[in-house]
Amino acid sequence: MSEVEHFMPILMEKEEEGVLSPILAHGGVRFMWIKHNNLYLVATSKKNACVSLVFSFLYKVVQVFSEYFKELEEESIRDNFVIIYELLDELMDFGYPQTTDSKILQEYITQEGHKLETGAPRPPATVTNAVSWRSEGIKYRKNEVFLDVIESVNLL
Amino acid sequence: MTDSKYFTTTKKGEIFELKAELNSDKKEKKKEAVKKVIASMTVGKDVSALFPDVVNCMQTDNLELKKLVYLYLMNYAKSQPDMAIMAVNTFVKDCEDPNPLIRALAVRTMGCIRVDKITEYLCEPLRKCLKDEDPYVRKTAAVCVAKLHDINAQLVEDQGFLDTLKDLISDSNPMVVANAVAALSEIAESHPSSNLLDLNPQSINKLLTALNECTEWGQIFILDCLANYTPKDDREAQSICERVTPRLSHANSAVVLSAVKVLMKFMEMLSKDLDYYGTLLKKLAPPLVTLLSAEPELQYVALRNINLIVQKRPEILKHEMKVFFVKYNDPIYVKLEKLDIMIRLASQANIAQVLAELKEYATEVDVDFVRKAVRAIGRCAIKVEQSAERCVSTLLDLIQTKVNYVVQEAIVVIKDIFRKYPNKYESVIATLCENLDSLDEPEARAAMIWIVGEYAERIDNADELLESFLEGFHDESTQVQLQLLTAIVKLFLKKPTETQELVQQVLSLATQDSDNPDLRDRGYIYWRLLSTDPVAAKEVVLAEKPLISEETDLIEPTLLDELICYIGTLASVYHKPPSAFVEGGRGVVHKSLPPRTASNESTESPETAPAGAPTGEQPDVIPTQGDLLGDLLNLDLGPPVSGPPLATSSVQMGAVDLLGGGLDSLMGDEPEGIGDTNFGAPPPAAPARVGAPIGSGLSDLFDLTSGVGTLSGSYVAPKTVWLPAMKAKGLEISGTFTRQVGSISMDLQLTNKALQVMTDFAIQFNRNSFGLAPAAPLQVHAPLSPNQTVEISLPLNTVGSVMKMDPLNNLQVAVKNNIDIFYFSTLYPLHILFVEDGKMDRQMFLATWKDIPNENEAQFQIRDCSLNAEAVSTKLQSSNIFTIAKRNVEGQDMLYQSLKLTNGIWVLAELRIQPGNPSFMLSLKCRAPEVSQHVYQAYETILKN
Repeated sequence: MSEVEHFMPILMEKEEEGVLSPILAHGGVRFMWIKHNNLYLVATSKKNACVSLVFSFLYKVVQVFSEYFKELEEESIRDNFVIIYELLDELMDFGYPQTTDSKILQEYITQEGHKLETGAPRPPATVTNAVSWRSEGIKYRKNEVFLDVIESVNLL
Repeated sequence: MTDSKYFTTTKKGEIFELKAELNSDKKEKKKEAVKKVIASMTVGKDVSALFPDVVNCMQTDNLELKKLVYLYLMNYAKSQPDMAIMAVNTFVKDCEDPNPLIRALAVRTMGCIRVDKITEYLCEPLRKCLKDEDPYVRKTAAVCVAKLHDINAQLVEDQGFLDTLKDLISDSNPMVVANAVAALSEIAESHPSSNLLDLNPQSINKLLTALNECTEWGQIFILDCLANYTPKDDREAQSICERVTPRLSHANSAVVLSAVKVLMKFMEMLSKDLDYYGTLLKKLAPPLVTLLSAEPELQYVALRNINLIVQKRPEILKHEMKVFFVKYNDPIYVKLEKLDIMIRLASQANIAQVLAELKEYATEVDVDFVRKAVRAIGRCAIKVEQSAERCVSTLLDLIQTKVNYVVQEAIVVIKDIFRKYPNKYESVIATLCENLDSLDEPEARAAMIWIVGEYAERIDNADELLESFLEGFHDESTQVQLQLLTAIVKLFLKKPTETQELVQQVLSLATQDSDNPDLRDRGYIYWRLLSTDPVAAKEVVLAEKPLISEETDLIEPTLLDELICYIGTLASVYHKPPSAFVEGGRGVVHKSLPPRTASNESTESPETAPAGAPTGEQPDVIPTQGDLLGDLLNLDLGPPVSGPPLATSSVQMGAVDLLGGGLDSLMGDEPEGIGDTNFGAPPPAAPARVGAPIGSGLSDLFDLTSGVGTLSGSYVAPKTVWLPAMKAKGLEISGTFTRQVGSISMDLQLTNKALQVMTDFAIQFNRNSFGLAPAAPLQVHAPLSPNQTVEISLPLNTVGSVMKMDPLNNLQVAVKNNIDIFYFSTLYPLHILFVEDGKMDRQMFLATWKDIPNENEAQFQIRDCSLNAEAVSTKLQSSNIFTIAKRNVEGQDMLYQSLKLTNGIWVLAELRIQPGNPSFMLSLKCRAPEVSQHVYQAYETILKN
């Protein structure tokens, strides 16, 4: 039985007790999880992991997948499992988040299969650049900045 | 067309079919087959039998197919190690592919194949990739070193990969630097002693430069690494802080928290007088507030961390109460954490707002949340005295709602409010009594019973009320039974005439019909007490109780400091050190905040002065070191409240008078230990509060143990020769110092080795550090004939003039007789200055420990001491070093102790004892750190004799 199989039972149990927390434990393993639509995204760690990084990363994964597949749900995972494997490979290596910007990822992780000889993708220079979110060679005639002001109000 | 079709294979014998497809000549069919295999693997089917067929597809020119085969390899290589060797050649070849994406893919996958035989073949390709021209390959190779280290640490060291990795810290590409830092940090964690990261101002500078250029994740790796560095002085700390501060405005909460960690840690080194310190404090608030707009899980992590930050530096968020107000759609775990922080931030300035909020919360639907909100109102009352009245009336309003769990929580907290403000709000008792029948939770029942017992004289039908509980005595929980027993005894002592029957009934229920030893023992004590001496019983049972304070749920200062070093990690969410939940974490190094080291002395000296010192009196001339210390020593450097709380001190004094320290060593520690976290629990009554009037009635109970305490007074060293005869014209003086029941004396032995009779003795002390002076003239009654010896005990006091001596405990003495005046100097052991009321209140201890800057902490090792913690406590206690609390952490005994010097200086100690290890670790904290060395010597002397 792999560790993650303990996750759902523990989640249900805690939910029933009304003591659900974003961090659950089974033995020496901690599960850090978020829920998106009907999906649970779970990270596991045996160490004193940087939990803020873990949650930031999980939300980032949701964002990247959503940008790739429009909607992230069970079906979109089935439909795209090959590319999801590819993406996960680029998103995280040995527990270290790597490139999580979907704009950049889309430059070299694409849905079409590629022949290696002809036009195989190469890592764009931006992957490891200082400004990772901006592809190279973008030029505008006017220099202007647009800001979105988002206000949220909490009331009943 | 989607991939989901690969999951839908229902045919039997599909393995065979897949095998055939994998070996097909058609590339498209092959790829389809591999996808089916991966799909099966994903849903947990075992497709390891296809290993050779899948590996055969590895040599492909299709990148997508290659990735899938690699994925398969990672999953199954461990179960097929022999066949995995087949893949090695392809890996080696791929590591030299012209496309960096392929090279990186190969090196990334290689590291994930945890098969020993393979790892050796991978060293050469890895070495090449670490020096690859493409940063994408180098950053992947850097992580691969960490992977390989996890499989075979020795191999990584032998191959020199660690050095290559260190070189990558100076790489031109920020992402390579970040991954190298991450890999090295992880490797360093498993080798705490190896100075792998070798952080120095130069390497730190490189990291700070890379920090501005790498991805958000890279920034976190670098910040977490920076947090492990200890700057050499406050200037370096400040310059690092200045360069880290911009990270506070990052959109990624994790970056913000890691930056906060670095700043909180390095702030410790900055002087509070520095302008920059204030600036930094101001800069920390907005990012912390912004964290509360993140996703709920991140909010939760942020709140748990803010809880630590608020305890460490309350000034940062003191004006930000509003952002912690609960939103109706917050998840429950966020709501509960917010409540906690609201209470921590509650002050006179914002209490009205807070109370209005809490009252709202108490009408919500979520039971747990409502309960906590009601408790919070009680805690506010206890914390902010001015609000107590409003809190009580709010609680009464809530009781009127008659919502069962609200009423019960309200009663529990009202009991605490009574404990904090006795004789102030008892008018509400009538309202409370109306709700007696609705209480079904043990804690609420116990609280109500306590209230009835405590105020029995004001409740007309107290006996009826208590009697009603008595009917189901054996069905009650222990908590309620104990409380009921105590309450009825209290009632009896207050209204003896009407309640005799009741008290007999409860005593017999507790002693004869109960299996619970706690209950039985308490019953017997009351019984004997009542039957031997009712007056004494009254003084014991109805003794004045110590007031409770709000600080009971604060995290211990040493743990808090450690947790600050772990901001953003699981430890900071659990509020536990990593060793408590990481398996195999015993070897984990404890992190601690850096000590303050100022670059120039002048910024430091005002810091050491006590807070209460008048600032206007700064002398124009800089005083000499000696005068300064003399002044310091004269001031009462004790904690801000003068003297420990009433009850504690009266216990101490009373016991000392009677039994010379014997009884309080027996009982002193016990109730403190129990009081631990039990914030509002009513006092466990009698034994703890035994004051002066313990009569003969109890003595037989304690006879057995009082033996421990028979050695009264401090350790006395054997006499040594202070003044040899040849230096004093025939007068030899030897002596020692003693302290017994509060009085210090100098025991002298004078021997006349001259040929003539000696008369007219007198003695005088020079000014000394603690103002020791003879309290009476030196009385030598008869003339001292040749060869005669006389023993004299000279009483001393500490009201003489003060001058700092070097060493601190040096005493210069002049002795006169009819022949001449002689001078000698001697060192007195510091423990003669440890006063009897040196037991600090537990809360005060925590607060003081936290308050004293870390630079004042001194650490010593006491070697070759074979005593156990118990014996150590007892031994030290007889010399007025009091154990306030004892904890067992990972098998070590931690004793928290306090002592007070005659001039009011408190010394706080943490003594760490490992069973079987004769070396103890002693940490001392004191506002006048000069005394630490001598206190340590006193410990040595006392423990080794």
